[in-house]
Amino acid sequence: MITASDPWLLLLVVVPLLAAPVCVLLRSPSGAWSVATAVSWAVFGISIKLLLTVLEHGQAVYRIGGWDAPWGIEYVLDPLGAFVVLIVAGIGAVTMPYAKRSVEKEIRKDRIYLFYTMLLLCLSGLLGITVTGDAFNLFVFLEISSLSTYVLISMGQDRRALTAAFRYLIMGTIGATFYIIGVGLMYQVTGTLNFADLKTIMPAVIETRTILAALAFLTVGISLKLALFPLHMWLPNAYTFAPSVVTAFLAATATKVSVYVLLRIIFTVFGDVDIFASFPLQPVLIAMALAAMFLASLSAIWQENVKRMLAYSSIAQIGYIVLGIALATEAGLSGGIVHMFNHALMKGTAFFAIGAVIYATGAVTLKDLEGIGKRMPVTMAAFVIAGLGLIGVPLTPGFISKWQLVTAALELDMWPLAALILLSSLLAVIYVWRVFEVAYLREPAITADKPADVPLSMLVPIWTLAGAAIYFGANGTFTLDLADTAARHLMGGF
Amino acid sequence: MFDLATIKDLLGLVNYWVVIVLMMAGFYTVIAQHNLIKKVVGLNIFQVSVFVFYISMGKVSGGSAPILKDGIETYSNPLPHVLILTAIVVGVATTSLALALVVRIHHSYDTIEEDEIQTIEHGEEDIA
Repeated sequence: MITASDPWLLLLVVVPLLAAPVCVLLRSPSGAWSVATAVSWAVFGISIKLLLTVLEHGQAVYRIGGWDAPWGIEYVLDPLGAFVVLIVAGIGAVTMPYAKRSVEKEIRKDRIYLFYTMLLLCLSGLLGITVTGDAFNLFVFLEISSLSTYVLISMGQDRRALTAAFRYLIMGTIGATFYIIGVGLMYQVTGTLNFADLKTIMPAVIETRTILAALAFLTVGISLKLALFPLHMWLPNAYTFAPSVVTAFLAATATKVSVYVLLRIIFTVFGDVDIFASFPLQPVLIAMALAAMFLASLSAIWQENVKRMLAYSSIAQIGYIVLGIALATEAGLSGGIVHMFNHALMKGTAFFAIGAVIYATGAVTLKDLEGIGKRMPVTMAAFVIAGLGLIGVPLTPGFISKWQLVTAALELDMWPLAALILLSSLLAVIYVWRVFEVAYLREPAITADKPADVPLSMLVPIWTLAGAAIYFGANGTFTLDLADTAARHLMGGF
Repeated sequence: MFDLATIKDLLGLVNYWVVIVLMMAGFYTVIAQHNLIKKVVGLNIFQVSVFVFYISMGKVSGGSAPILKDGIETYSNPLPHVLILTAIVVGVATTSLALALVVRIHHSYDTIEEDEIQTIEHGEEDIA
């Protein structure tokens, strides 16, 4: 299957990468914002075009400098990659308009242009991870996105944002370094860095201890980045103290891209070998996923800060995604993949709504949210949709992914697993209900002399995401089909 | 058991012993030290161990630099060396960002000892 070189793949990464220094040169907050918004929309357009190409041809390829793989670096997009690119670019495109007013309020004026520079770099890095077909190139993009993320988090108003960013920097760097150790060990045995090439060589060398060590390093390193349960310690504080825009953007994209890397390693690089037989990866991943689903949800229940509650909920939701991957069947994979999309929509909406509440009232603890449903009905209605989605109520996206996961577990006769998935959803009911109860059933502490005001430029993005959540909740055909195609492609069929 | 060949093998792997010792020393420093600067130093040592690892793996015994010249038959693999140039740049960027954060932390907290920072943070209320 030879496909022509598709330059759009390169533009996807290069456009935001080049726009970042332009923002630095412009220096004016509104100039930087305009550039960032234009770029994020252009990137979204490219991502749709690429998705259509990939659905038609099966994949899109770009060889950098005209060098054929495995000598040159190759950019490859398969259905899974196209799906993840769509998530990242789509969230980027709604984040930028939302960012304008929120950032004006939360970040010092003379730093705003740097904020957009970093956001563009982060976007570029995340997209780069998804399109590259080269293991070391992936590391470089991983570090581009990570370094910009540390800066973005440290821009939070609370001084604890600094320590959160520092802690994330330490853990993120350890994760990334583990990843290159793994890549180095693989290179030592196979002499290649190209994912497709690694896949063909792997069956011959899988029995060596070097490769098993590589797999261990890769799994742990990537699990650190995607905040899989015992390695999630950096996430709650980072999400709590980062600026609202950053929290929403990262929660919806960064961990998803790390999940993508895990999928790439397990199902592409080690795709032709039965790693679940030679390495006890499956029980470990399932155990971690279950621990995340229960312990993180339990932690979420005890949080007073809504941002932190949603952060713990993110860790739990990552558990569902990893569970789907660990089942390693087509149904399980497609459940995990579709949950990446659905969770991005729901968490994006939830964090956007909370960001709007912070914009209007400056409050994030449950106590401050008393009666907020009456003061900000439009914003909180979006939060309600997101909250119902997190629980997995029918007609929300969360229901579709959980249904798919439960079906996958039952197909494998793992009915205790299916029961645990449903049971953990009950924990989500508790923490989401706590917010509903405070927001709607209590009287506002301060007599609301005026309804708290949120600018339209924030409401429209919130409701774009909430609307998408409603649409894809009611009609899951498009996303499920896409996830099925991606899963089939990963498992080796077409 | 310890015949000459085994000992030679073990000594021949001296680079990799260095890698493991550096890696563990750095990793331990990151985990055990409370001082943020020392953590950054530990992180650096940890990363340097990976640089040594990549550079050692590309070296071929008796190999020269990969240049076109008469009389040179064996070449070392330049690719890992080039890769690690990139990784060194990334490492420098990470270190400078980490140090910048430590400076800002020192400004805000008046300390760079992690346990003291935690005591201070523990007493803080959650406000946006």
